[in-house]
Amino acid sequence: MVRIVLSEQLAGFTGGERELSMEVDRYRDVVVRLLARWPKMHASLERTAVAIDGQIHQDALDAPLRADSEVFFMPRIEGG
Amino acid sequence: MKGRNVAEAVEFKQIGSSPVRPDGVDKVTGRAQFGADINLPNMIHGRVLRSPHAHANILSVDLSPALEIPGVFAAISGADFPGGTLVGEASGEGGGSLDDIAKNVMARNKVVYHGHAVAAVAASTPRLAEQALRAIKVEYEVLTPVLDVLAAMEEASPLVDENNYTKLPEKPEKASNVANIGRLERGNLEEGFAAADVVVEREYKCPMAHQGYIEPHACVASIDESGRGTVWCSTQGHFEHRAATAKILNKNMADLKFVATEIGGGFGGKTVVYLEPLATLLSEKAGRPVKMTMSREEVFRATGPSSGTVARVKVGVKQDGTVTAAQSWIAFEAGAYAGAPHMPGAMSIYAPYAIENFVVETFDVLVNKPKVAAYRAPGAPQAMHAFECALDEAAVELGMDPIDIRLVNAAEEGTQAPYGPKFPPIGFKACLEAAKKHPNYLAPVPEGAGRGVAAGFWFNVGMQSSAEVNINENGTVMVIEGSPDIGGSRASMCLMAAETLGVSYEAVRAQVGDTESTGFCNVTGGSRTTFATGMAVTQACEEVIADCKRRAAMTWGVDEDQVEWEDGYAVPGPGVNADVNPLSLADIAGKAGRTGGPITARASINAQGAGASFSLNFADVRVDPETGKTEVLQYTAVQDAGKAIHPAYVEGQMQGGAVQGIGWALNEEYIYSEDGIMENAGFLDYRIPVASDLPMIDTEIVEVPNPSHPYGVRGVGETPIVAPLAVMTNAISRGLGKRMYELPLSPPRILERLDEDA
Repeated sequence: MVRIVLSEQLAGFTGGERELSMEVDRYRDVVVRLLARWPKMHASLERTAVAIDGQIHQDALDAPLRADSEVFFMPRIEGG
Repeated sequence: MKGRNVAEAVEFKQIGSSPVRPDGVDKVTGRAQFGADINLPNMIHGRVLRSPHAHANILSVDLSPALEIPGVFAAISGADFPGGTLVGEASGEGGGSLDDIAKNVMARNKVVYHGHAVAAVAASTPRLAEQALRAIKVEYEVLTPVLDVLAAMEEASPLVDENNYTKLPEKPEKASNVANIGRLERGNLEEGFAAADVVVEREYKCPMAHQGYIEPHACVASIDESGRGTVWCSTQGHFEHRAATAKILNKNMADLKFVATEIGGGFGGKTVVYLEPLATLLSEKAGRPVKMTMSREEVFRATGPSSGTVARVKVGVKQDGTVTAAQSWIAFEAGAYAGAPHMPGAMSIYAPYAIENFVVETFDVLVNKPKVAAYRAPGAPQAMHAFECALDEAAVELGMDPIDIRLVNAAEEGTQAPYGPKFPPIGFKACLEAAKKHPNYLAPVPEGAGRGVAAGFWFNVGMQSSAEVNINENGTVMVIEGSPDIGGSRASMCLMAAETLGVSYEAVRAQVGDTESTGFCNVTGGSRTTFATGMAVTQACEEVIADCKRRAAMTWGVDEDQVEWEDGYAVPGPGVNADVNPLSLADIAGKAGRTGGPITARASINAQGAGASFSLNFADVRVDPETGKTEVLQYTAVQDAGKAIHPAYVEGQMQGGAVQGIGWALNEEYIYSEDGIMENAGFLDYRIPVASDLPMIDTEIVEVPNPSHPYGVRGVGETPIVAPLAVMTNAISRGLGKRMYELPLSPPRILERLDEDA
């Protein structure tokens, strides 16, 4: 099962639930399932970055996931 | 990225050398064309009328007296901009919403800081344009400004924006100056502090500081009667400047070509538009090219500084130095529009350390000051200043070496970062160990001086980049990148192209293409260009190699997979029975017409896998107790750059960041009158360090390769400014034997502190 950890900001849409497990093999499916359950999350999810197994992605739609992958949502970073 | 394992690729021929920078001669001889150097036939000059009030409603703007002056071609105010709300966000920390950027470019119904643009004119001479500004009539209803971040957070504070509601899942009932709130937490604070032997709890303040780029903002727009045209500007990202300008003016992006001129510094401050939409609109109305340049005073009054902050930190530490708990609360000034880098601050404050129990809360707070913009590692210097100082005080109390206390707690590969994921290979411990062995650290602290130590960190980012590689008929190589060259990217791109293709550095040239010459690139910022655009260049070069192998196979009459590429030559693979001579890139390019035409390749990517960069800096300083002046005796910056493509440029980034951080720590601050007018808007009164103020900054580059980059690059531009703030505070505090809590550590502040106990 893929471990999903939501950011504090996204947890604001879930009533505080931060950790989930999903049987998915693509990041795209994580997004689809989150939005199916919490549609109001959409705009915030668009502006978030994600770390998959330690590697940070600004946009990871097609990224593959392993059965034991860890997916952390985090605020998007750019810099100066 | 495919093709190259950095761990194995240790013997580079080009990468790791420091050839002369390709733009150097042009810059020192004055040939380089910066934003203000562009001149066109029939060009006229634009100027901006700025608000004399920090907070006021605009009752009316009458441009007609200005337009009646002979030689004045156009005048605009907020009423000339498209109405409605703009959707989307601008780039960079402090970029904020496009709607806010549009209002920042030109006020509509309200001015929200002193210097806010209210109107603009274009006239045949700069002097006539100034005269036209004086003729414009503006009626204001003056409002009370709020300038202090803590006062702005109070419920009774005047509101900078009556329509600003704290962004929460459920909209609050009342408007507020707090735009956004961030929070990260892990573990159990109560248990963590209960386990501590020493607890340090302090409040620290950092002032707003400007990026201080030497070249003020400048652009020239030449727009024809159909609305199409070209804008030349000093920018960190001409693609994103084009997008912002088009959206703010409701124009077709394809009608605008943006050209990035040479740039005299940006440091994050040139990731957002100020003049470009104004010059575009004025040029369209005037039917002539319009040049606009800012004075230094305008740069200070109206362009983005960093956030001023108030940070409250509590840290609990055991006798052996282990941090058992950390709690922080940080209010960031956003300026007049939301967008302070509060989340990067929250995410970076504890990043160098493995801490089990922590909370950090951050606030993005509106005040009647210029809208902040990104400044190298936005948010991290202020946040980490607070924690690095509290940790230093704990080390003093425990009698521990300040590097040792950081080694006890240092994050490493597999440590769960405070912002979520586990770190891949990182170089923080390597930096600490290198610093501890450094001759400057082994040397005794000079008599009467204090030594300060602090860590730095930045995430680094990837994002979108494009590059093209064209092979000339003689085998020389032309690289076209879409990333403005601020810190030496042309040299770095040439080195990576030369390494990949197996040719000499001298055989490669690089240029920055305009928005019609190459594919989209995000801004040069976030320490991303050598990493991400370098990936694109490398990928394009690998395509060139594949094409050359195909052409060699065609020439020799063998299969494509029977050809290999070695040191710039196509050679027959092992076991291939082909009696042929190796073909150089020049051989293949010279006969390209026979094998399919010109050799060219391009790559457009959204680069993933940026590697975090950590640093450890230390300095010795001596304070003159009579004057309060601080003398920096030595400063040493140790940083993990990943693989340093061009080490001299990496050292330059480390030295430049250190100097900017030292300036922020020692002297730089925005001084405001009670009615919100900045009183030191010039380099005479806003004191940045000059060469005679500082010793040569010593550097040590630690190279822990980023496994996600073909050459191991991490990115270096952001991290160097993070540590110096706390290094200076810690050094001065140790030297004086009295802790300092508020920047800048200017002579008056130090004398005041010395007088407290006298």
